[in-house]
Amino acid sequence: MTVIPITLHVNGKVREAGVEPSTLLVNFLREGLSLTGTHVGCDTAQCGACTVLVDGAATKSCNVLVAQVNGSKVTTIEGLTAGDGALHPMQQAFGKHHGLQCGYCTPGMVMRGVAMAAEGVAAEPEAVRCALSGNLCRCTGYFGIVNAVCEGLQQMRDGATT
Amino acid sequence: MNPFEYRRPANVAEAIGWLREDPDAKLLAGGQSLLAAMKLRFAAPTLLIDLQGLPELTALEERGNELWIGAMCSHAKVAASPIVQRAAPMLAKLANGIGDQQVRNRGTMGGSISNADPAACWPTGLLALGATVVTDRREIIADDFFGGLFTTALEPDEIVCGAHFPKTAQACYLKFEQAASRFALTGVAVARLGKDVRVAITGLGSGVCRWAFAEQALSKNFSPDAIEGQQPDASLASGDIHASADYRVHLAGVLTRRAVQQIIEPGNRS
Repeated sequence: MTVIPITLHVNGKVREAGVEPSTLLVNFLREGLSLTGTHVGCDTAQCGACTVLVDGAATKSCNVLVAQVNGSKVTTIEGLTAGDGALHPMQQAFGKHHGLQCGYCTPGMVMRGVAMAAEGVAAEPEAVRCALSGNLCRCTGYFGIVNAVCEGLQQMRDGATT
Repeated sequence: MNPFEYRRPANVAEAIGWLREDPDAKLLAGGQSLLAAMKLRFAAPTLLIDLQGLPELTALEERGNELWIGAMCSHAKVAASPIVQRAAPMLAKLANGIGDQQVRNRGTMGGSISNADPAACWPTGLLALGATVVTDRREIIADDFFGGLFTTALEPDEIVCGAHFPKTAQACYLKFEQAASRFALTGVAVARLGKDVRVAITGLGSGVCRWAFAEQALSKNFSPDAIEGQQPDASLASGDIHASADYRVHLAGVLTRRAVQQIIEPGNRS
């Protein structure tokens, strides 16, 4: 089997590797780079737990080959935290509003929330619920998640940090 | 997934050459349907030819009196395009309703119509607007392009380059979503093109189709009343665990009337 050389910019670092063509982005992140914050929930592109940013756009990393994103900038949940360990405003908002219970869907929810800022999604519940339709949570019931994303978006726009 | 090779061609001609060399090769657009099918072993190509980035396939622009959407334009790109929002707003809304944002960021118009899923949204947009599909070798009107369940007029080595659409605001697409997949349980696009009215329906079970009765009635009287109580023949539809054939054609009637109403009164979302 052919091995494809790839170069990705992951969380600001250049990562080079040889991968089999069938390698999914999520598997490369988790197994190749040990970035296990990105989760595999359904493996059918429905639950959104594997959501990462590819060149800024929210992407379900279980439904894209790493070869397809060769050369791209990838941001995972591990890439949101500042160098001094301070949490990103979206992460802080999830804590404040108790936007998680078991935490399995949370990395995908947070990354989806961060992507909404660039899409211009309004920081109000109806718009956020609509924009979150590709992310499923099986325990909290969404109320806290929606509040957290609204606040996180507002904080990002107020320029606390980006 | 079964093992396969992966290549990016420099242009459409090179991709066609690879398709001819390997009959089990498949074109990869956004991969939002194909990769899922490969995980389930519904598809097991030996070679994936990734069409991303080919300039012949990525334009989105006005060309004279028509709107051109390149095959590799993502749903998100179409949805966010001021050109589409102005020239054919129905298509921007249709694209913005597909799947979820993550899927829209990668899935493409060309991939959707080439796959021809019987519940996909894009085929109704093309069929209702009377769009023309342009491939590497010919032009195919939408009525001739779609051939039923996952079936199109494409030759095995033929590549969709894009489609051109008439500019019109007199069109509306509405779907009743299957709650989990967000595919259309039934979806209807209605377009008023001069004196002609075209009605295209997806989700009935065997691929996108037109509803001739509604088209004739609406051409004489463009009002929901013209098709009050009407629905497509249930023998055109099939049922599954999500909905019966009767329910699907019922939805088609309701959605057609609502789409007509929205074209008449764009502000009224009844």
